[in-house]
Amino acid sequence: MSTNTVDGILEQVNGIFKDVLDNDDIVVYSTSTADDIDEWDSLSHIQLVVAVEKHFKIRFTAAEINSFKNVGEMCEGILKKING
Amino acid sequence: MEFNKLKKALKNDFTGLPVAGVAVLADSASQLFCQALKGCGYFNKINLNIWEADYDQLLQTVLDEDSALYAKHPRYVIIYQSSKKLINTFYKKDNQQKRSFAADQIGFLQMITSKINERVDTNIIIINYPEIYDGIFGNFSNKTESSFLYQVRKLNCLLMDFAISKKNINICDLSAIQNFTGSNTMVSERLYVNTDNVLDLEILPVLAQSIADIILAYSGRFKKCIIADLDNTLWGGIIGDDGLEGIQIGELGIGKAFSHFQKWIIQLKERGIILAVCSKNTDHIAKEPFEKHPDMELKLDDIAVFVANWNNKADNIRYIQSVLNIGFDSMVFLDDNPAEREIVRREIPDITVPELPEDPSEYISFLSQQGLFETTSFTEEDTRRNKQYREEADRTVFQQAFTDEAAFLESLDMAAVMKPIDNFTVPRAAQLTQRSNQFNLRTVRYTEDQLKALCSDKDVLTFATNLHDKFGDYGLISLLILKKIGSDTLFIDTWIMSCRVLKRNVEEFVLNHIVETAKANGFKKITGEYMPTPKNGLVKDHYQNLGFKPAENNTWELNIKEYTFKNNFIKTNHA
Repeated sequence: MSTNTVDGILEQVNGIFKDVLDNDDIVVYSTSTADDIDEWDSLSHIQLVVAVEKHFKIRFTAAEINSFKNVGEMCEGILKKING
Repeated sequence: MEFNKLKKALKNDFTGLPVAGVAVLADSASQLFCQALKGCGYFNKINLNIWEADYDQLLQTVLDEDSALYAKHPRYVIIYQSSKKLINTFYKKDNQQKRSFAADQIGFLQMITSKINERVDTNIIIINYPEIYDGIFGNFSNKTESSFLYQVRKLNCLLMDFAISKKNINICDLSAIQNFTGSNTMVSERLYVNTDNVLDLEILPVLAQSIADIILAYSGRFKKCIIADLDNTLWGGIIGDDGLEGIQIGELGIGKAFSHFQKWIIQLKERGIILAVCSKNTDHIAKEPFEKHPDMELKLDDIAVFVANWNNKADNIRYIQSVLNIGFDSMVFLDDNPAEREIVRREIPDITVPELPEDPSEYISFLSQQGLFETTSFTEEDTRRNKQYREEADRTVFQQAFTDEAAFLESLDMAAVMKPIDNFTVPRAAQLTQRSNQFNLRTVRYTEDQLKALCSDKDVLTFATNLHDKFGDYGLISLLILKKIGSDTLFIDTWIMSCRVLKRNVEEFVLNHIVETAKANGFKKITGEYMPTPKNGLVKDHYQNLGFKPAENNTWELNIKEYTFKNNFIKTNHA
């Protein structure tokens, strides 16, 4: 799986969402927000961020964690860190 | 274990697991902690029914008489105040208040725990306070009472003293967890800033397990025994190949690692853990280092059951279990060989088999962080336990040589001392009335004060019996309390015996003695009663077996004149 494109990252992030939220049916899009996914609340958000960090071996700042408005922004954040 | 795994376990089926109610009172966001604790319970086979107080409402919850905290009657109340929150409060104080911060905080804990105890009978678990090094005074913090470092350290000390003074207050040592994980791993500043969750997701499972350990110990589920392999576990090398001079212990090779390990194991023994050896070896070769090697810390005397042969280890462990008569789930098996560990794990699922690190120098640091040896009490009795089990093991082996019960009893050289209860024996006698369930005819419970009062009552006779044999001392194992009723009758109010001395004829010995005393004091009859409980079926026919005749109101009666003295193999010691 590619980690050079937002799409490639989105695919991997989808896998993380499935695992952390314990629901194999979850499909995330760039535009998905916490409103679209039942299990995604402020508590599981932390878990998602931590799992994403572990997976991509990156680290977000406190402000970044707070800033993602949707999955797409998270993926862009990841891409920026990887290429950073 | 990972947090996510614990969280997923919440969906598992908890039915059939024993249930324990838990209330969590926290000053920071505690949902993730509660999820971790609930999930952790699943893997420890306990269904923790967790009630979580509202966010940061510790004091209000405790003061509210109508709170669900009280309505739910939880068996455990967990109080979690984070150092992170404390330091915020601390920073708002003036110099004078800072100096009394720890004492004030303890005052607060005393107040809320006594409020809780006024309303519910529960065990309170207080999570202690990991240090925060804020760098304000540098090393000089240690000389500055108004530094947070000084106050938080003092707070943990005061908290220990407080817990010592109250039986139902326990400490979960989060500070120790920080000591081995490091403060940077402990707290996730980013999560805290964003969500008010103090602890990192990696730490929550560790804390949850530590709390579960305390709860399990309270439920009687704790470790009582270590079974250790020898070669490359207690010493380096193979005794059968390397010989006495070639094994690594003391100065030779990495012997120091094993010397430390043995010392650590001896500390466990002294706090009441039973030691057993299970080794694939020839018996006398395996014993040689214990007898002859000058650097061995462990001696044969330290080992309650020593099994060295070429049978498979699972069978040998089953044998050790049968001798000690304790559950497999209370045993820990230590072996350097992964294959042996796997066999034992497969054959005996209940036993705990730690995945020892490859490097023996890491044995202690690894094992000490596994939460293996949790306990809820430590008494004089614990320090003698290993010795008692060793004596019991010797008896078992000895008895196997006999087919004739009488010959076995005779050869034990038993002797007993029988005396009225006195100031020295009151504590143990009270303990017997409170703990004995099986060999207990009427199950009357007495406190020490009540027993002391009975001792000075003219119409009451008490008999406390100590037994020993050629293998050792059993201690105080039988208690009788007789009350004068009418002019010529003694009623057996209490007849208790420790099950460790079943089938030793202690009952017969005791009865002979009582009849003699009764006769000397002019009594004509002794009466007794069996009051059934779910646990004392063992003594249902006790009086009948001893020749008592049925009498009115379900009692049993013995006519002293008709009594013939009963044979037994116990000598009277008048010491």
